[in-house]
Amino acid sequence: MDYLTILQILDSTVRLATPLLLTCLAGLFSERAGIVDIGLEGKLLGAAFLAGAVAYVTGNIWLGTLAGIGASVLLSLLHGVASITFRGDQLISGVAINFLAAGLTVVIGQAWFKLGGRTPSLPREARFGDITLPFADQIADVPLIGPLYAELLSGHTALTYVALAAVPLSWWVLYRTRFGLRLRAVGENPGAVDTAGISVVKLRYQAILIAGVLCGLGGSFLASLAAGFVKDMSAGRGYIALAALIFAKWKPYPALGATLLFGLLEAIGNRYQSIKLGDITIPVQLMQALPYILTVVILAGFIGKAIPPRAGGQAYVKER
Amino acid sequence: MSKMPKWADTILIPLFSILLAFFFSGLVIFAIGKDPFNAIMVMIDGAFGSTGGLGYTLYYATNFIFTGLSVAVAYHAGLFNIGSEGQAMLGGLGVALVCLFIPFGHWTIALPVAVIGAALFGGLWALIPAYLQAKRGSHIVITTIMFNFIASALIGYLLTRVLKVPGAMSSETARFPESTHLPTFHEMLAPLGIMFNKNAPANLAFVVALVACVFFWWLIWRTRLGYQIRAYGQSESAAKYAGISPSRIIIITMMISGALAGLMAINNVMGEAERLIDNAVEGAGFIGIAVALMGRNHPVGIILASILFGFLYQGGAELALWEGIPRELVVVIQALVILFTGALDNMVRMPLERLFVALKRKEG
Amino acid sequence: MVTRTAEGRQETAASFAPAPTVPYAIELKGISKSFGPVQANKNIAIKVAKGTIHGIIGENGAGKSTLMSILYGFYKADSGVIEIDGKRVNITDSSSAIAAGIGMVFQHFKLVENFTVLENIILGAEDGPLLRPSLSKARKLLRELSDEYELSVDPDALVENLSVGHQQRVEILKALYRQADILILDEPTGVLTPAEADHLFRILEGLKTQGKTIILITHKLREIMEVTDNVSVMRRGEMVATVKTADSSAEELAELMVGRKVLLQVEKTPAVPQDVVLDIKGLRVVDGHGVERLRGIDLHLRAGEILGIAGVAGNGQTELLEVLGGYMAASGEILMQGAPLDLSGDASDGQTRRARGIAHVPEDRHDEGLILDFPAWENVCFGYHGDPKYQKNALFMDHKAIRDDAKGKIERFDIRPANCDTPAKSFSGGNQQKIVLAREIEREPALLLIGQPTRGVDIGAIEFIHQQIVALRDRGAAILLVSVELDEIMSLSDRIAVMFDGRIMGEKLPQETNERELGLMMAGMSTPQKDA
Repeated sequence: MDYLTILQILDSTVRLATPLLLTCLAGLFSERAGIVDIGLEGKLLGAAFLAGAVAYVTGNIWLGTLAGIGASVLLSLLHGVASITFRGDQLISGVAINFLAAGLTVVIGQAWFKLGGRTPSLPREARFGDITLPFADQIADVPLIGPLYAELLSGHTALTYVALAAVPLSWWVLYRTRFGLRLRAVGENPGAVDTAGISVVKLRYQAILIAGVLCGLGGSFLASLAAGFVKDMSAGRGYIALAALIFAKWKPYPALGATLLFGLLEAIGNRYQSIKLGDITIPVQLMQALPYILTVVILAGFIGKAIPPRAGGQAYVKER
Repeated sequence: MSKMPKWADTILIPLFSILLAFFFSGLVIFAIGKDPFNAIMVMIDGAFGSTGGLGYTLYYATNFIFTGLSVAVAYHAGLFNIGSEGQAMLGGLGVALVCLFIPFGHWTIALPVAVIGAALFGGLWALIPAYLQAKRGSHIVITTIMFNFIASALIGYLLTRVLKVPGAMSSETARFPESTHLPTFHEMLAPLGIMFNKNAPANLAFVVALVACVFFWWLIWRTRLGYQIRAYGQSESAAKYAGISPSRIIIITMMISGALAGLMAINNVMGEAERLIDNAVEGAGFIGIAVALMGRNHPVGIILASILFGFLYQGGAELALWEGIPRELVVVIQALVILFTGALDNMVRMPLERLFVALKRKEG
Repeated sequence: MVTRTAEGRQETAASFAPAPTVPYAIELKGISKSFGPVQANKNIAIKVAKGTIHGIIGENGAGKSTLMSILYGFYKADSGVIEIDGKRVNITDSSSAIAAGIGMVFQHFKLVENFTVLENIILGAEDGPLLRPSLSKARKLLRELSDEYELSVDPDALVENLSVGHQQRVEILKALYRQADILILDEPTGVLTPAEADHLFRILEGLKTQGKTIILITHKLREIMEVTDNVSVMRRGEMVATVKTADSSAEELAELMVGRKVLLQVEKTPAVPQDVVLDIKGLRVVDGHGVERLRGIDLHLRAGEILGIAGVAGNGQTELLEVLGGYMAASGEILMQGAPLDLSGDASDGQTRRARGIAHVPEDRHDEGLILDFPAWENVCFGYHGDPKYQKNALFMDHKAIRDDAKGKIERFDIRPANCDTPAKSFSGGNQQKIVLAREIEREPALLLIGQPTRGVDIGAIEFIHQQIVALRDRGAAILLVSVELDEIMSLSDRIAVMFDGRIMGEKLPQETNERELGLMMAGMSTPQKDA
């Protein structure tokens, strides 16, 4: 494997990790506030659909992104109404949202574009363009560093850079702001937040709205990357993001690491049908399953314990 | 004291939730410019109008009965098993191995062994998440989701690398020997003089599903184990007081749940495809969630809900064929059923409870 | 027995009233609160003078906590007025209570365990959208407060790594950071060691000298006598007296707290104790937080006698029952009919205990004794579901046998409605308790554990339940009775042991003691007499 191949694999790793990262951060905000979110998959899919559709109709991916965010936020609100307002089961609500998105995108897509649930292909100008970082072309020929900069760091879409920036930003919001302090508190002990005179319901709605926006960005990225929407195009990425969230122990920087790792596995899986390590052949399916296997191992507490936010999954009922 | 009579809780609330789900589904059909009433007529005709349609409806229903029972048995122990999908996949593997590698003279011998294979593989696939929940406190919902994906990858690997017929194009096993062929409804009913469509996939597995329902009912409401499962599901603290071991109940219940999901393979793998193909479960494991919620975790309710979803699946296919409404409409309906009977239960329940309290006050 | 008259109450209240120009820190007028049919607070009036420590004392369920929850905005009173510093305030939620200058230290701390001390302190009282300024301000203030009031805690420690005593200091600091002038502490010493409690009292004294008003809710008389200026006594939802602590005595307060109750007459002959059935030696339990719940219990119990365990709830009685019932691990030794019971929690559970002839009527029938959604007949075999007489064969339970058994029990114990298909949750409290009692008593156990036998039970059923307990004793069973109802302990027991803070304070014979003496022991005051 030569240097350029490695760079190409890493480049596609970053590309593939972008939607995972955005979705994982979405889950992070929701779950740190005590709202378990297995509806990430649905929100990602719903956003991808509306982003693809609107980008095609308007020819503008940014308008599409706005629409994608809208779709994702609406699904978030549905989750909020069910699990915060009516104190329903957060898991069941998440499952329902995943199916709702899987069904509605195709039904509406078929009625809209008559292409069996797909949107028409997005022309180049209705997709995110690659951003060339300054001097990328000039130093491309410098050995080692040149290709690293030009191939790997430069040439991604705006949303990739947004996603990468969202990591320190999320960290900063969570650990350096009043809002973050309260958000983390409400996921750990809503009683403490309530007795401190802060509304638990309001905080939790704010958290799921942020989750909605981030998922919306993730979905829009997918639509742009695939040049349009196809049925079930999220293909389990919402669940992988959920796995990454657990793998990252609900923390922003580890979330970046986890999604890059899972992105790398996908990139390798895409490039090679099987990998030979000496006499052992690693099938591509193992690469696909690895994120989930690793997550189960983490959940089982064999490699460090993943302790979820303590109040996660429970509706808050005032009591002494 | 309960605020509502029992009949309201078991019949009125699900009925209300389903009506809400169908109302919104109708709105969706209307919104995409179709006539909801026409759509429902097409669906009814397609699903029940001929023995061909009925054969498909019952075939789908058979799948859903197994997965519905699977979700329901876990639910009785207070566990949410989202892993029926993966457990059903593994059940398919069990059936395939039995049918491909053990020579049988006749399906009557093949069936019981295949049942054991399906149940064993499905049950063992549920064992790991169950063990992790019972002994290490790993949340079973998350681990079972993960195990669905792992199952999918595993089956994918086996079908492309191990069990695939050399030289064949598609990733699937060889066709099972003729001697493992289960009678279809056509073959079962012909001797009785009833003509049933020859091509409809409904087969003997439907009867196996009904037997599973009886087994489920016996297990939950007649055996000591079922008693302990229900007691643990209602109250963990009371179970401890009574000396019922939580980890034992979790592990046993999940294995039964996985076994029931695995049994689905008798229908779709042994009865219909007669070979193991990729993605054979087609989301039936998830529909089990809707079926169990709607059927209130009782076999009778589960049979009714399964037939309803079988109707939606078959009717949905007809809609796609004749009206240009995609089959995914069924997924929307399924989502709305889960939403209203599950997550938004309080939204439906609270006004009804208030109504009953008001009525009671009026009488008193 | 002394009961204060209405006039007497007013006299004492008036005698220490400060000059009318200084408004009271808190004045409550006519506060009432009902939960369904239960009236938790009846027309409560109380005046708390500024800069004093005011104790509120009462038994379990006297309504203390409800009253304080109303003051902190957790519940809304059905009627009544709250005045702070002479001004009427409307407290609708915690934020309005905080705004009114009230701080509360809950019995179960409201702390975020994996936050640092500082983060917990500023939560909800941050100065701006960014944390850094708030944190440094809090750090500075914390240093001042810790110097001033002996409130030292490491500001950067995670709360989960702090001892319970330090966690409590964080709660106090939280209130002070919000500039609370009134501090309410709900049973603050329940989780503290004696040394920690003494430290707490020094802190409270310090706060008092700085002009803060403190309300101390407790059931421990020693604390009241030691630190309070005035004390109000609550009993059964009513405020029965407010007195100056210095003018009162522990004995008087104990009487006021327990009240003169109608002694239920239980017809019973003197006990004829036989062999020792249960012998407990040095029993200790440490809970998940590392707090010692049982601190070396020694007890023995003979066949044919009732040993009553008196005490205010939360002093270790629950743990004692759970250890005996087989679902809590402990250290020490328990001999049942001469042979040891497994206490490690590994080789034993509720089933093996039952096999040893131990029956158990748990304290909480809703959480433990019954499966509320099960019909009565399925509850009749709960815990004994493995008994051969309930089995049809190796697989199936014999529903007919269970139902017949249930019908018999319903008839013999006069359970109403006499329908074994009715779900347990639809029976009244008394009839629910009869279902549990019938199930356990009819096993003819060698040892019956029975906790709070008549909690939430109507008067009619109480007498019946008491008769059944005595009848079982007369048939030769050993009975361990745990109750927070002193009169129940007095009238049923052949011997009384008083539990306080995980220890046995002493044993008494019912004919040789009285409620005043027991009340003192329950409140942690040992008596000069030698233990029986």
